Amino acid sequence: MPVFYGTEIASALMLGTAQYPSPADLAEAFRRSGAGIATVSLRREAAGGDGSGFWDIIRRLGVRVLPNTAGCYSAAEAVTTAQMAREMFDTDWIKLEVIGHADTLQPDPFGLVEAAAILSADGFRVFPYTTEDGILAARLLEAGCEVLMPWGAPIGTGRGLNNIYGLRTLRAQFPDVPMVIDAGLGLPSQAAQAIEMGFDAVLLNTAVARAGDPPAMAEAFARAVEAGRMARAADPMEPRDMAAPSTPQIGLAMLA
Amino acid sequence: MSPVATILGAGVAGLCVAHELASRGAEIRIIDQAGAPGPHGCSWWAGGMLAPYCEGETAPEPVTRLGQAAAVWWRDAGAEVVAQGTLVVALDRDRRELDLFARRITGHETLDADQIAGLEPDLGGRFRRALHVPGEAHLSVRDALKVLQAALARRGVEIETCAPPAPEGILIDCRGLAARDRLPGLRGVRGEMALLRAPGVTLHRPVRLLHPRHPLYIVPRGDGHYMLGATQIESDGRGPASLRSVVELLSAAYALHPGFAEAEVLELGADARPAFADHLPRIVRQDDRIHVNGLFRHGFLMAPALARMTADLILNGTEPELIA
Repeated sequence: MPVFYGTEIASALMLGTAQYPSPADLAEAFRRSGAGIATVSLRREAAGGDGSGFWDIIRRLGVRVLPNTAGCYSAAEAVTTAQMAREMFDTDWIKLEVIGHADTLQPDPFGLVEAAAILSADGFRVFPYTTEDGILAARLLEAGCEVLMPWGAPIGTGRGLNNIYGLRTLRAQFPDVPMVIDAGLGLPSQAAQAIEMGFDAVLLNTAVARAGDPPAMAEAFARAVEAGRMARAADPMEPRDMAAPSTPQIGLAMLA
Repeated sequence: MSPVATILGAGVAGLCVAHELASRGAEIRIIDQAGAPGPHGCSWWAGGMLAPYCEGETAPEPVTRLGQAAAVWWRDAGAEVVAQGTLVVALDRDRRELDLFARRITGHETLDADQIAGLEPDLGGRFRRALHVPGEAHLSVRDALKVLQAALARRGVEIETCAPPAPEGILIDCRGLAARDRLPGLRGVRGEMALLRAPGVTLHRPVRLLHPRHPLYIVPRGDGHYMLGATQIESDGRGPASLRSVVELLSAAYALHPGFAEAEVLELGADARPAFADHLPRIVRQDDRIHVNGLFRHGFLMAPALARMTADLILNGTEPELIA
């Protein structure tokens, strides 16, 4: 199972907590999937109140909470949000999002590295939401990150793994760094694919929360992740150009 | 005759329960610190859509089933109910949201561009496809609350501002989020709204604009007035609407019809709605009282059903469907 900053997590499935039809659906999705980490967005949910009702529900899930800095467009905003999250959830884990473009929600690589360095120096365990870019990955590791969270596709699009070549390259470039495919997954098969490719975990939200039956979809993702893990451990065959019969041919009549 | 019930709270829940009991001939008292429905209660800021089918996209099944009786209840209570259905649209880029919404609700039909123009001429040429939900209705929430207050007054029931030292009859707690001290499972879900006057735009029925990030509904309130709603934020904050929320609401309205650009912004409002974890309202028996609470974003849609259940429980001993 994935190990992040020295902590082993019981599942390779991580779920976001936004957009569910109700908190009851959210809790049921966690129960049925056995997801090991819940990400929560701090920025919007407070809005002058204490949001305690919702936080209570999240805490009662009994899973590790990974607060995020969703909706931050600058390093400074993200750092402030991370500091608030640390106090509120009593954790030094932070999923760092610094968004560069409002439409695509693409990470801002420059702000990301800047914020990652500040937060790491301040004792945070940073989980940066990044792209498949290997140079950026190296800079994030230099900044102190020990986990990378490359996107599959832009947040909320459900398009799966958009750049398989790039993701494979990134995985191969840093074989020992725990990596989570974060964002863009729409179907369990895409999650299975990510795990088969050697990623340690997947994080998704919209695909489950906006499904017609979120708890069922959460369980489907959990099974897909498990299938991906089993397949990887079972050492898959290599693709070949030459067709090879899978049925034994011993005993066929020789007519020539 | 001594009162059978004392009702706490004159929001939509309290007034509907009071009205239902009083119209069945029961003697009641109703208490609200403010003496009248008003901005201190979240129903004052509600949209007033009686939309059981559209809400069924995310709401649990009883909301769609029980909510269907709301329009008739309100009309019988004397409120002005406009039964023109609901129109659901999406911008071209988001047309898949319309497919998804259509799959998840019932009671709708699909309209083409001409049919849209037939129903709402101002939206003609702006959308190629829409959903029409003919069985839905809307009302003006503040007028409706005042109608109930007036009907009670005609029966000699005034909203008292001080709780009596010993409540008479059974205590029915309809205080919404204020009852959270007694209902730990209740939480606040913040909503923000805007009230516009847009004489340049004519819409006859609520219009929902689907959007992956900023869904919007616009409810016509007559006389060129429109209510825009509503955000849904996990917070019990009741402070003023945030700039971001207002920008999102207003730009969505502008995207629906550019005529809203010239609208006057009459009011910006915000409040927190009381909700249980499954987003179903219910009657809760507790100590000296019963609670009617958790109406979430379905106050005007579900309060009539809850009021009937409460009256059936108190007057006939009938076990209600939604009870905890």
